[in-house]
Amino acid sequence: MSGGILGYVTVFVLAAFVGYEVISKVPSILHTPLMSGSNAIHGIILVGTMIVLGHAHTPAEQALGFVAVLLATLNVVGGFVVTDRMLEMFKAKPADRGAAGARAAHGESGGSSAGGSTEGGDR
Amino acid sequence: MSRGTATDLVYLVAIVGFILALKGLSSPKHARAGNLAGAVGMLLAVGWTFSLPSVHGDSGDLILMLVAMAIGIAIAIPAARLVKMTAMPQMVAIFNGVGGGAAALVSVTEFIALPSKTIAVYKIVEVLFGVLVGSVSLSGSAIAFAKLQEIMTGRPITYPAQQVVNAVVGAGVLGLAVATLVTASTPLLVILLALSLVLGVIFVLPIGGADVPVLISLLNSFTGLAVAASGFTLNSDLLIVAGTLVGASGMLLTRMMSQAMGRSLPNILFSAFGSVVTASGSEVSGDRSVRSGTPDDIGVLLAYARKVAIVPGYGLAVAQAQHTARELAEALADRGVEVYYAIHPVAGRMPGHMNVLLAEANVPYDQLKEMDEANPEMQTTDVALVVGANDVVNPAAKNSPGSPIYGMPIINVEQAGNVVFLKRSMRPGFAGIDNDLLYDPKTTLLFGDAKESLSKLVSAVASA
Repeated sequence: MSGGILGYVTVFVLAAFVGYEVISKVPSILHTPLMSGSNAIHGIILVGTMIVLGHAHTPAEQALGFVAVLLATLNVVGGFVVTDRMLEMFKAKPADRGAAGARAAHGESGGSSAGGSTEGGDR
Repeated sequence: MSRGTATDLVYLVAIVGFILALKGLSSPKHARAGNLAGAVGMLLAVGWTFSLPSVHGDSGDLILMLVAMAIGIAIAIPAARLVKMTAMPQMVAIFNGVGGGAAALVSVTEFIALPSKTIAVYKIVEVLFGVLVGSVSLSGSAIAFAKLQEIMTGRPITYPAQQVVNAVVGAGVLGLAVATLVTASTPLLVILLALSLVLGVIFVLPIGGADVPVLISLLNSFTGLAVAASGFTLNSDLLIVAGTLVGASGMLLTRMMSQAMGRSLPNILFSAFGSVVTASGSEVSGDRSVRSGTPDDIGVLLAYARKVAIVPGYGLAVAQAQHTARELAEALADRGVEVYYAIHPVAGRMPGHMNVLLAEANVPYDQLKEMDEANPEMQTTDVALVVGANDVVNPAAKNSPGSPIYGMPIINVEQAGNVVFLKRSMRPGFAGIDNDLLYDPKTTLLFGDAKESLSKLVSAVASA
């Protein structure tokens, strides 16, 4: 830990400003997907749980680490899949209007449309 | 390049992915690409972490790790894929809660593993913060899930001296944290963990179902901060940055969501909104008369209108009636009626939720009108069909300064020629406020489940 505590505090403060500025204007229709997407991002705790379990020496630490990795995996995987499903719903709209390539041209509904997965909804 | 430098580089790429994810998710155009950038960043970070000697060094631990991940994936993917669109908000709540739980566990485990006596004070502070905030997020999210899933009542749960009890428990948690800080005792930390879980529960109990989405956003932000605290404990820039990004953007998002509801955050968290007014609401409705119509009456009204606005609300979401609503709109359109949907920003269970539901039901995009676009049209609309909504069309938000929802933007259905409410009962909406519009002479009510009522209307329109 070359930087010491102050180095980490600096990183913390800068990240707080970036987090605040980066979502300055979000239309209300995207509030829910944004919440879900940032929920997936704090799943990065998975990396922390992996380190903890890797360091574990006693059975108690192993048990705690095991549960932590399990919970964090739920957070990451569930978070990204749920967000993707929500956003897929937005993609569906221009396709309905017959645009063959479903090139998301409409300002409000946007979203890239390359993916061809078929789960969710009965389109 | 040393392994340490390589690790830092990969983690830096992951962080850029997360920032792009947040940036992308705040514009409709790049939302999906943004989410993908976040997922790629996550995959890189987790994949690289496996290569660290400290992680894969002990094969026993490595097997445990892989088993835990396999179980997690086996649960999360079906859960996230199969859940109905209407149940999305509680899914987000539960995935957020487990993240908070994981952060709390990381802090607890690190605390146990710390060499005693030689620890700097700030190390313990970081651990305590992670345990406290992570636990509150876990138990709070669990209650939020239960409220939205209707395992327990969505109404605010209040009891005498609630604020005092909450303050005492809060103070107890802080005192215990200080005691743990001084003694560095593990049993005290376990008690702190338990009490923090209790705090999360009692903090959420008085918050009503309509406000739970804002609460989930707040708890999401809390989990981010707990993750950042774990990052301090583990000396990981990656965790600090990612956790803080979510913590800061989550706070801002929480504020934006409460603004969209025309309320302040403290008001949402501490006022037990909707619990007090409920009683008086049902009283009032007793001595005023409402006009309820048969499906056939309303079917004729709709079929011979020129322009109909469908105003969907929470009730439509609960009854899963979005497909039936589309059928009705199609039946009307076949008869030459102009139909559009007027969407309030906070209609449904979360802001933006209604757009998602209607898109799922294949409602044509050009029929969806946001509130600002729909309101000018109301004066030329013959029938406004309000499906399971109440507060978002309540004129009290404009007319009565004393009302709790005063100042909230609403859809001006009272300007339409006729108003039809499809409601389950006379019970007021989530805010628990009586709606004068229900007693207006131009209003007709049809009681029942939104889906059943709509399908009755579909057949009524067909035979009209």
